[in-house]
Amino acid sequence: MVASSKPVVKTDLAGQTLVTLRTLTEENPASLETYLKLGGYAALKRVVTEKVKPTDIITEVKTSGLRGRGGAGFPTGLKWSFMPRYFDGVKYLVCNTDEGEPGTFKDRDIIRYNPHQLIEGMAIAAYTLGARVGYNYIHGEIWQDYEIFEAALHEAKAAGYLGENLFGTNFSFDLYAVHGYGAYICGEETALIESIEGKKGQPRFKPPFPASYGVFGKPTNVNNTESYTSIPWIMQNGGQAFADLGVPNSGGTKLFSISGHVEKPGNYEVNMGMPFTELLALAGGIWKGRQLKAVIPGGPSTAVMPASAIMGATMDYDGLSKARSSLGAGSMIVMDDTTCMVKALHRLAYFFYEESCGQCTPCREGTGWVYRVIDRIVKGQGKMEDLDLLTDVSNNIAGRTICALGEAAATPVLSFIKHFRPEFEYYIQHGKSMVDGK
Amino acid sequence: MLNIEIDGKSIEVEHGSTIIDAADKVGIAIPRFCYHPKLSVAANCRMCLVQVEKFNKPLPACATPVADGMKIFTRSKSAIEAQQSVMEFLLINHPLDCPICDQGGECDLQDVAVAYGVSGSRYTEEKRVVFNKNIGPLVSTDMTRCIQCTRCVRFLKEVGGMQELGMIGRGEHAEITAYVDKSVNSELSGNIIDLCPVGALTSKPFRYSARSWELTRRPSIAAHDSLGSHIEVHVKDNKVMRVLPREKESINECWLSDRDRFSYEGLNSPDRLKVPMIKHNGAWVETDWKTALEFAAGQLKDITNEHGGEALGVLVSPNSTMEEGFLAKKLANGLACGNVDYRLRQTDFRLDGKRLGTPWMGCNIHEIEELDRIIVIGSNLRNEHPLLAQRFRRAVANGAELSVVSPLDNDPLMDIAHKVIVRPNDMVNVLGQILKAMSGLQRLSLCLPPSLTALLDDIKVRPNTQAIAESLAGHGKDYDLIAPKVGIFLGNMALSDPRFTEMYSMAEAIGGITGAKGGILPAAANSTGMHMMGVMPSSTGMHARAMLEIPRKAYLLLNIEPELDCQHAALAKAAMEKAECVVALTTYKSQALDNADILLPITPFTETSGTFMSMEGRVQSFAAAVRPLGESRPAWKVLRVLANTLGLAGFDFESSEQVKDAIFAGEKPSAVVWRSLNNNLRELVEIQVNIKHDGLQRIGEVPQYESDPIVRRSPPLQKTKYNIKPMARMCSRQLAALDLVEGDHVLVKQDKGSAVLTVRLDDHVAMGCVRVAAAHEATIGLGELMGDITVEKLSPQQLLDINKNITEARA
Repeated sequence: MVASSKPVVKTDLAGQTLVTLRTLTEENPASLETYLKLGGYAALKRVVTEKVKPTDIITEVKTSGLRGRGGAGFPTGLKWSFMPRYFDGVKYLVCNTDEGEPGTFKDRDIIRYNPHQLIEGMAIAAYTLGARVGYNYIHGEIWQDYEIFEAALHEAKAAGYLGENLFGTNFSFDLYAVHGYGAYICGEETALIESIEGKKGQPRFKPPFPASYGVFGKPTNVNNTESYTSIPWIMQNGGQAFADLGVPNSGGTKLFSISGHVEKPGNYEVNMGMPFTELLALAGGIWKGRQLKAVIPGGPSTAVMPASAIMGATMDYDGLSKARSSLGAGSMIVMDDTTCMVKALHRLAYFFYEESCGQCTPCREGTGWVYRVIDRIVKGQGKMEDLDLLTDVSNNIAGRTICALGEAAATPVLSFIKHFRPEFEYYIQHGKSMVDGK
Repeated sequence: MLNIEIDGKSIEVEHGSTIIDAADKVGIAIPRFCYHPKLSVAANCRMCLVQVEKFNKPLPACATPVADGMKIFTRSKSAIEAQQSVMEFLLINHPLDCPICDQGGECDLQDVAVAYGVSGSRYTEEKRVVFNKNIGPLVSTDMTRCIQCTRCVRFLKEVGGMQELGMIGRGEHAEITAYVDKSVNSELSGNIIDLCPVGALTSKPFRYSARSWELTRRPSIAAHDSLGSHIEVHVKDNKVMRVLPREKESINECWLSDRDRFSYEGLNSPDRLKVPMIKHNGAWVETDWKTALEFAAGQLKDITNEHGGEALGVLVSPNSTMEEGFLAKKLANGLACGNVDYRLRQTDFRLDGKRLGTPWMGCNIHEIEELDRIIVIGSNLRNEHPLLAQRFRRAVANGAELSVVSPLDNDPLMDIAHKVIVRPNDMVNVLGQILKAMSGLQRLSLCLPPSLTALLDDIKVRPNTQAIAESLAGHGKDYDLIAPKVGIFLGNMALSDPRFTEMYSMAEAIGGITGAKGGILPAAANSTGMHMMGVMPSSTGMHARAMLEIPRKAYLLLNIEPELDCQHAALAKAAMEKAECVVALTTYKSQALDNADILLPITPFTETSGTFMSMEGRVQSFAAAVRPLGESRPAWKVLRVLANTLGLAGFDFESSEQVKDAIFAGEKPSAVVWRSLNNNLRELVEIQVNIKHDGLQRIGEVPQYESDPIVRRSPPLQKTKYNIKPMARMCSRQLAALDLVEGDHVLVKQDKGSAVLTVRLDDHVAMGCVRVAAAHEATIGLGELMGDITVEKLSPQQLLDINKNITEARA
């Protein structure tokens, strides 16, 4: 029933700094034994048995400069400080392993290769925030990895790292795995909460934020998988050590999921602030000796960058925002010079059209409109005024929706047309692509 | 209070207000679709986006709470741009064929599009099509028009009590739908028509019959329960085309029950009696008013002259207006007849002469929401008072604990804290147990009359009644209330019960101890008014039951169908058959009036002016919405002229207003009402708490859409799932005890009457009871609504024989 807990081990780890995937160096990375060998659960045991003050832990996390790895980049320590400290009832902890954007596959590797570090990170967070129950929401398409995580939960529980009265103290924490059914929107934290509650995954209007009204209406802290997984390392080595791995304002390491036209696509955990060129080299460079055309640095909801803009950029929050895009979830899609940007956008627009939850008007109606116009252009029936229309419609979606999917859907359209307008104009005039002539 | 500024206007608003509340307060119009003040906030349509200082994005006014010093701009460039863009999005997939849409002319989307839309569309792609759903006979769907505002979904869940609609699918494929193969069965379903801001949900009966701008809107009062809902009758070419709620926050808010909304379809039924008729040699002959009235007057006069006034019985519908009831009583008195009554479905009259005033609900309708503890005795709330039920629902949602004592365990679609489901005969004992349990609770001082105290000695308190007593005393799951606001209400099943008097007395005693508000929930639109005017027997007269038990030589019927509207159908039928003369003032020509001799066509409430008095004692007058159909005339006029023809003095009224003035003797109606309403008893009646009753007892509920002659003739209401042929419904234990299974045929008998019914398993029914609906042709052979009943299983051969007999009898 349980899938193999001995997945293929990556061997080429040169140039990487392993924090969230630190078990990758070992033979059987996902097992409890391996994790314990690397000093796992020591941090949890220490904070729980020594009764480290929650405020001290939050200070440590603030010092580490850890920012939300799910894409928004909100400082984790600050988020934790929003949770009400005194609350009469159950508080919840939620982990968001619902990465669903095309090109995003980093959290999958964490639960596949290093589930115990996530469990430990969540347990430390639960201790810090006073949460009694936790859920890890894993997206529906990775069943095998879900089972690996489930097996790790059983191992951790049997070994006394989860459950009642951990380490003989009065700290108790139950953690459950929940799997989704394949809706991108459930990666939005409030839609994810609705889904956990058994409802249709639709974002809630905020405020109130989950910290005051979350799972079953109770205070809830939601963080990304990679964020939680960084916590044990921070508690072991200190917040400053983590911050020092990166650059100012972007502490620690970051997992980049590199896909597209590179020689060695995959996940790479590197120090924040690594120059793009170095990261590209780690991934084996552009494949087939071709030229780099463009990069989507953080997942399709981040603005596409032409080669000229990204070549000089560093891979951290400030570095990419200076280059007018953003780090997002670190899902880098690399496109070589044979890529037709019109067709690429066509694909992305379809994704957002298909994944809009349908709750609020601009996104429900706008994503379909955008997709249909691009579809018409790709079919050779575009009109020159369509480009302004696309820009206008996208601007009307962005900032007017309940959740961030509106912006996410608008950003690729706006950035593709901004950076590659001639290609779109050519396609409309000639009814075929400038790049592949088809 | 917070100080904010909207469009440059400084205003003070309460903490917790939203921007849209604040704007509405000062009359600044912010466009909206999904927002509704009575529903939870969804913030999904995005139409109400406004600009707020210091925020770089526009914010939805419906969901944004105001903060002190907030500056809001609803007409700034950024706000208007946002609103216009949302309008454009809403219209791209919405059909732009308003001329063929039933909502055209009264459509929020159309109206807002005029203000925020542009004349042409930039959208040239294909439009979305959504398949229609069949959600029942009342609401028509045109789902392509839906803008997914989810008002209907939220209404059914939050007000209706059950989520019968929901949104499935993602993005553009999102659509509103019911459960697979299910219709929307809420008794409040029509409200989703009003709530729908577009033409996605429209009225099925009204659809395509008129345009909103062709309709004249006339205010009126709903006539099918005692809530006194305000309605607006929409008229075209002197015909009632539809009925909508008229906003009245303290009564019906902005809602209306389906019964009050769709009953109008019965107004112009083919059954309508348009000319007076006289039975001549067993056949009905049409005649003119003069002949009919003279004939009726002659007959009544002859009989009363010969046998005295007591030979006449006057039965008045509690749905008739105050004016009509007043004149009927006056006419009877003029004929020296004291046999007048409106309490047609009552069995127990032992309280007559013992009341200090007119029984009523004992509080204002809106006060129900504020109660902390409620006990409902013998009521199927959703069936009897569909719209009132939602006030109880809100009370429960606000944290009230609801206890139920009833022979039926129907789901009121709200949480019940405690319930005791017993046969009607045992309800007095259960109430006694509650009373006794209270005497054990120190917090309540028990000062009961010695006679009652002695009675309680014979009662054994059970845990569930103990729990009710504790709840009413203020004990709670989490905390105890020091001074809970308690409400006690008796419903239709209690009112019809042979032991109503004892239940009432017990309830009064419980109310006295707990300081409760409450009383009875009167069944019909004017029950309270009829009681206040004393449309009841004189000290020597007969009450409604006696008039049927001891048949009269003549009857004057006002607006009733005896076999369907009286508590004892078989007796009513027999009495009418036996009478020498039955004069029926009726809106419809019906089989139930075949035993009448003279039919005088009177108008329904929409064609007459008049007054109803509601359950909370509100005296509400209304004008006619349309002119009388055919030769029919308002009943007050008919009674007046009949009295004139009879040569009675004091019938010179020229308008219903003059009759009303006579009723209130020139006083302010509220002053008279204030003096009259009183639920207290002058003296206690004899109560027996341990009456043994081994046989089966009937629960003769009147189905929601069989409650009065108009409702019975409304085709859309008759098509709902509530219209099922009466069956013999029993719980599984009872079926086992009688060796019956669902689908068996049984002969049920009451007194001398009987009916052949199909057996239905219904675990909502208390053990020892058979639920057999009344007010239906299939059960007019039966007796008392809550009387004794026997059930015999029929073999296939017996069933065949009976059917053969029936066929032969018909031939």
